[in-house]
Formats: sequence, C-alpha cells, structure tokens
Amino acid sequence: MSESRQPASNLLDRERTDRILRIVLPIAVLALGVVLWDLVVRLYSIPPFVLPGPGLVFATLFSDWAVLSDSLLVTLSTTLQGFLMALIGGVGLAVLFNQWRLLEYSLYPYAVILQVTPVVAIAPLLLIYLPQQAAVLACAWIVAFFPVLANTTLGLNSVDRNLTDLFRLYGASRTQVLWRLKLPAALPYILGGLKIAGGLSLIGAVVAEIAAGSAGAGSGLAYRIAESGYRLNIPRMFAALLLLSLAGVVIFFALSALSYLLLRKWHESAVARDR
Amino acid sequence: MERARPPSGNAIVALRGVGKTFGSGVVALDGFDLTVQPGEFVTLLGPSGCGKSTALRIVAGLTDATAGTVDWRQADAVAADRARHIGFVFQEPTLMPWATVAANVSLPLNLRGVDTVAAAPAVGAMLARVGLAEFANTYPRELSGGMKMRTSIARALVTEPKLLLMDEPFAALDEITRFKLNHDLLSLWRSLGKTVVFVTHSVFESVYLSSRIVVMTPRPGRVLTELAIDAPYPRDARFRTSADYAGYCRLVSDALADAVQAGEGR
Repeated sequence: MSESRQPASNLLDRERTDRILRIVLPIAVLALGVVLWDLVVRLYSIPPFVLPGPGLVFATLFSDWAVLSDSLLVTLSTTLQGFLMALIGGVGLAVLFNQWRLLEYSLYPYAVILQVTPVVAIAPLLLIYLPQQAAVLACAWIVAFFPVLANTTLGLNSVDRNLTDLFRLYGASRTQVLWRLKLPAALPYILGGLKIAGGLSLIGAVVAEIAAGSAGAGSGLAYRIAESGYRLNIPRMFAALLLLSLAGVVIFFALSALSYLLLRKWHESAVARDR
Repeated sequence: MERARPPSGNAIVALRGVGKTFGSGVVALDGFDLTVQPGEFVTLLGPSGCGKSTALRIVAGLTDATAGTVDWRQADAVAADRARHIGFVFQEPTLMPWATVAANVSLPLNLRGVDTVAAAPAVGAMLARVGLAEFANTYPRELSGGMKMRTSIARALVTEPKLLLMDEPFAALDEITRFKLNHDLLSLWRSLGKTVVFVTHSVFESVYLSSRIVVMTPRPGRVLTELAIDAPYPRDARFRTSADYAGYCRLVSDALADAVQAGEGR
C-alpha cells in the first residue's frame, strides 16, 4: 500500500469510531446512572415513598400499565392535536401575514404577547372559561404555534430576490408565487419551527394538565403524576415521568425524520457530504 | 412614463433618453439611449456602477424608468406579452434548489399554464441543446457552476423568446468554463436566431461575443460610444488569438478607459 492512502483510511476509521461512540457513550452513561441510582437506594435503604429504585419503577411501569397507557394516550392525543393546530395556525397565519401586511401589523404584536406570557399563568384562567379538554388543547396550541409562525414568517421573507424577479418577469400570479416559490423556500424554516413546536406542545399539554390536576377531572400523564404525588405513590410518579420523557424523545425523532425525508434531496442540512 | 410611437425601422426595442433615479437619490441612468435591432448581439460594457444592469432591468420591465421612453415594436408592445418575448439570465444561476434541472427549466412554461407533461418535449429539447440531457433529474446543488449557468440559459430560452437579456452571466465562472460557455452561447445565438443584450465588464468577453458594443460611463450611466465589431461569425478559438481580436480589444479598452475617466472627472 502506498503511503498516501494511509491518512484516508485513517480518516474513515476515525469516522466510524466516532459514529459508534456517539451511540455507545450515551447508553453507557445511562447504564452507569441507573446502576448508581440502584446502589444508592440499596446502600442507604431508602424507602420507596422517598426514592424508589430503578427496578421498582420498571415494575410499576408494567404493573400499572393499564392506567398509565390510558393516560399516555390522552396526553399524546392532546399533544398531537395541539401540534397540528400549531402547524395549521402558525403556517396559516404566517401566510396570511405575508399576503396582507396590514393584517400582520394589526395582529403580530398580540401573537408576541401570547408567546411571552407564561403559559403556566394562563392555564388556570383558561380552565375557568373552557371545558377542561379544550383548555388543555388551547395551552398546547398557545406555546407551540409561535415558533411555527415566527419561523415560517422568516422563511417566507427569505426568498432569493432574483427568483422573485424571475417569477415577476414571467407574470406569475400571487398564488403561483406562494405555492411554487415562497412555501418551498420556507420549507426548511417551517420544519425547524415544527421541531420546536413538537416538544412545546407536549409541554403545553402537561402544564395545563397539572393546572387542571387540582380540579381532579383529568386523565393525562401529567395529571397522573400530580395524583400519584398526592397519594405518595412515588414509583408511579417516576414511571409516568419516564413515559413523558420517552414521548418527548419520540416526537423529536419523528419530526427530525420528517424533516430529513422532505429535505434530503436538496437542502444542505439534510444532504450527506461527499468526501 | 409615456409609451409613444414604435421605434424606427424594425428595431425590437428602443430606449430614448431613459433615466433612473433610485429612492436613495442615486442617479443610475441619465439620458440613456439604446436601440436593439433584430438578430443583434449587443453588449453593454462599462465599469461597475455605470447602470448597465439597471438598463437591462428596465428593458425587462423589472424596474421602471423615471424618465424617457421605452418603445417596443408594435407586435410586442402589449406588456402582458412581454414575458413571452423576453428571456432573462441573471448574474447568479438563480435556480430553485428544491427542483430538478428539468423542473427548473420547465418553470416559465408552467407559470404560463402549460403542465409539466406538456412542457416536457420543449424542456428536453432545450436541455439537449445546452448539453444537459443526462442531468434532467439532477438537483442544482449537484451541478458545477458552469452547468448551473447552462440550466439557467436553457430556462431563459425554453419559451423561445425573441430577446435574450443576460446580466453578467459568466462573471463568477473560471476562465476555462467561461470561454466554453461564450463559445456555446454564440452557437446558440446563431442557430436559434435570437437577439441578445449582454452586460459585462470584461473587454475580452465583449469583443469575442458582440456584433456591437455600447460603452457606458458611470454615475450617471449614459452611452459614451458605440463600436461595431465587424469580425465575421462563426468566431472560435482562433479568433481569440487573432490580430483582429487584439486590435478590437485595444480599441474597446481605450474607450472603456475614457469612460472610467469621464466618470472620475465628474
């Protein structure tokens, strides 16, 4: 083998090692954490109502699966609905703002106000005026729609000037400019907004459920956590929390995958680099 | 801006006393005259800031003149028909990154209401003409700079415009690619019988391509002088090294130097 090939193969090796480490290291940290957690609980004989060991949490996850899975479904469906409404509301509003500037001038400040007011503070009010399910949904929507709106607006305004001129030269209608130029150009931005909105709609749903929890009519995972807290059923609190985290992770990966699928052919963020 | 009589003779378009003052107060053009005859290859040559791109955009209808008249030949006078008769090539390739080469070339036809299937034969033929037939389904990011520009030229030509406007299209390309594209552009121009208005700041490019060169002064842009390049077509690599070519280049360079000086004197 010639010497000049050596560095290239080294580089490949290093890349492969890098990729393996990216997967193996977080798993190792997780395993270490669980082992430490277990050791601490055992060594100090901590009672389960203070801190349950990982084994007990998993056992609870299975023994209480009937209750927890129902709650998981409720929370997931709220999150999904809130997310879809954020998608429609965010993109729709951004498009309307883009087409009618006066509408943007009139409403944009209120979109910002809605965003900067902490949703935890809005939730109790919403619960007074809306049926609980609607209030939870409204919270999920309020926190999730703004990043979609802001990102879509940015995307719609980031169209290549020359392409805009080109469309003008060929006498394109407003609808043609929107569908063939502005929305495709904004797609990477929209997907970026959705990635944030996915996590936020889960947070919105959880916040509203917690706020509703004291009213006692909820059935989502967050409500389950609050309820288990009152009953000092700490293992179930942990199990529900675990499910919530997992749901968040799944949502994030699903949206990343969607983004990759839609952009892989043309956008720098999703295209593999040739070396 | 008044739109009065048709231009004299059978000129495609005539600009008379055209001025352009931007909102910022910058005077880009002042008393600019240009008459384009059918079949010509006219180049607007001048230092940067002489308003040559602005003049081209006024012809294309992308910006309005603030003084003077732009007269179109009667048949082309209807503004709605303008798009049919003009192809525009920008300084950058200006391709839609989310669309394949074929979809990009197909765009002007699609915008006119021709669907992709109906447009396919014209698109395929034009891609073959610019040597990109095998790249129809490729995305722009995978193309070299020269190939992107070819795509852009194919898109400008797919509507079979009479007038092709080109705004420093090859300025960002390396010299080898540029020579090749210059050569290919000339053969396209000759075989398709188009009229071209070309903007550049390269003396060598302008002499190689043009049948007529309009030298412009900067700030405000106006015509300093016009030079006919009478060397016969087809021109090829031999023309580039001929004494004729060198002579024309000297002539044009001197005119350009005068233009720069005129701009500084002001």
